[in-house]
Amino acid sequence: MPTSMTDGVAEDEIRHPTKKLTVGEEVAIEMVAVHKWYGNFHVLKDINLTVNTGERIVICGPSGSGKSTLIRCINRLEEHQKGRIVVNHIELSNDLKQIDAIRREVGIVFQSFNLFPHLTVLENCSLAPIWVRGMRKSEAEAAAMRYLERVKIPEQAAKYPGQLSGGQQQRVAIARSLCMNPKIMLFDEPTSALDPEMIKEVLDVMVELAESGMTMLCVTHEMGFATAVANRVIFMDFGEIIEQNEPEAFFNNPQHDRTKLFLSQILH
Amino acid sequence: MADAARTYEAGQHPELPPPRTEVGVLGWIKHNLLSSPLNAVMTLLAIWFLWSIIPPLFEWIVLDAIWTADSRQDCWDQMEVPEGAACWAFIKGRFQLFVYGFYPHALRWRVNLSFVLLIMAIVPVLYDQMPGRKYGLCYTVAFPFITGWLLVGGFGLTSVDTDQFGGILLTLIIGVTGISFSLPIGVFLALGRRSKMPVLRILCVLFIEFIRGVPLIALLFIASSMLNFFLPPGTGFDLLLRVLIMVTLFSAAYIAEVVRGGLQAIPVGQHEAADSLGLTYAKAQLLIILPQALKISIPGIVNTFIGLFKDTTLVLIIGMLDPLGIGRASLADAAWAGLSREVYLFVALFFFICCFSMSRYSLYLEKKLHTGH
Repeated sequence: MPTSMTDGVAEDEIRHPTKKLTVGEEVAIEMVAVHKWYGNFHVLKDINLTVNTGERIVICGPSGSGKSTLIRCINRLEEHQKGRIVVNHIELSNDLKQIDAIRREVGIVFQSFNLFPHLTVLENCSLAPIWVRGMRKSEAEAAAMRYLERVKIPEQAAKYPGQLSGGQQQRVAIARSLCMNPKIMLFDEPTSALDPEMIKEVLDVMVELAESGMTMLCVTHEMGFATAVANRVIFMDFGEIIEQNEPEAFFNNPQHDRTKLFLSQILH
Repeated sequence: MADAARTYEAGQHPELPPPRTEVGVLGWIKHNLLSSPLNAVMTLLAIWFLWSIIPPLFEWIVLDAIWTADSRQDCWDQMEVPEGAACWAFIKGRFQLFVYGFYPHALRWRVNLSFVLLIMAIVPVLYDQMPGRKYGLCYTVAFPFITGWLLVGGFGLTSVDTDQFGGILLTLIIGVTGISFSLPIGVFLALGRRSKMPVLRILCVLFIEFIRGVPLIALLFIASSMLNFFLPPGTGFDLLLRVLIMVTLFSAAYIAEVVRGGLQAIPVGQHEAADSLGLTYAKAQLLIILPQALKISIPGIVNTFIGLFKDTTLVLIIGMLDPLGIGRASLADAAWAGLSREVYLFVALFFFICCFSMSRYSLYLEKKLHTGH
């Protein structure tokens, strides 16, 4: 197990799940031979990935390896040029209706939070349920308060995002995605923009989310989190999936040379 | 005794008030007016300059001004020195003309009523603390039709030819119509120009660039003379209506560019967050993007509106009499010729009051929308 890291929260500081986490039988996400280019630059090369419901997958790798691009392809924030992506049995294509249906099932948390600065925290969270799912305002606000309590900041409901700290903003972002009751949550480096004191509070929320059985894909450098919660760690480099394994095997027994090089750089 | 000149042990220094010449009025004078020898000299020069300009100006405009007279000569006879003061009697006598133009005397109550209705229509738009704002806004949407009917007549009211509109009435009609309709059209053009659909984008770009490439005067000439060539002979198209359309389209093109600047300033993460929550394009724009973009664009938008309001005087080129046109027509009267200073000062005062109010409202709006970042 990694005993110390160059940065991030140590594994023994993170709250560990209180019960054993299981994985479902159904396939939540399936990516088959997916390729993506930005112009001439081949950013995703032959990605094959199957994610079952309830799986918690951590994707790591050096900058520019395509980790963020991979998860952003899942909810069509990026388009793939070749291959198939199927999310909850809905195929991802140019059909807007299917894209909308997928986006309702998939929540995403960004590195830069992307909260709506002109709305209060409560309005941020209740906006999508009201305008996308057609909920009544009182219902949506009650549900939003429940999720804000779950991420432990119900007292900030009337504040604007600019008045909150980074850790609080990221937890609001998580609550905002959860208000749409997604089946899959994507995390694109959720703690990379946070001070060390705030990283722990966000990771604790993510651990609690994992305990509740959510299917999660996290791009992160927090290896302590991976060890505590992930059932699979994937290493990507230059657009390819190099290696994937359970956390224990991944950290203690890396197979590929590039994985060994990467791990030696982030652990000591 | 506590004293800034004493030294204290570490951690023992008391809180002292600042020196008297550093704060308050004395401090402001010292830092802004007398901070260096050069600044002190410039302050003295400025004081001398203001002293020699402002009191005489105030005397000319207000203190020595003549308010009752029969003609220019009579006015000047009442002064110590001819042209030594303002002859406001001229404006007072012509005041009705300046405000209503040639609108029939007996029907001027309709114009007054329209003005009151205008105030009632503006208040719900500008002040969102107003109780019952929803009903106010419903009325605001109906307001153009109500006032249009009131001013032009027909359907039970005596018709008034729009050729008889003039003065402040005309300026307000063109200004308010131009401002209220060009904002939504401009927003639509801005969104169209940023759209991924090529036909829509090209059409919007062509429209905007054509309008920006042509002076408003040329468009007004087109409205007044050339449009007849494109329409079947005999179809009259009210000149005022043509002018309203041209002015609105002109302003919409400029608003489109201002709003497009605001849209470009919105980080792409906002679009991504809105998309990933499942919001459609229309809902994402209406709820997330446009509120932020319009807030950023307020200075530019109000700037364009102020410019538009003043550009309405250009209609005097095509024979419509706005306050400036009426002023110049009044100066042609032999009994009053030569009082151009009074006329232009009065028209300038009218425009200054309107434009400065818009400017102040813009600042109020910016302060109010400054929601915590």
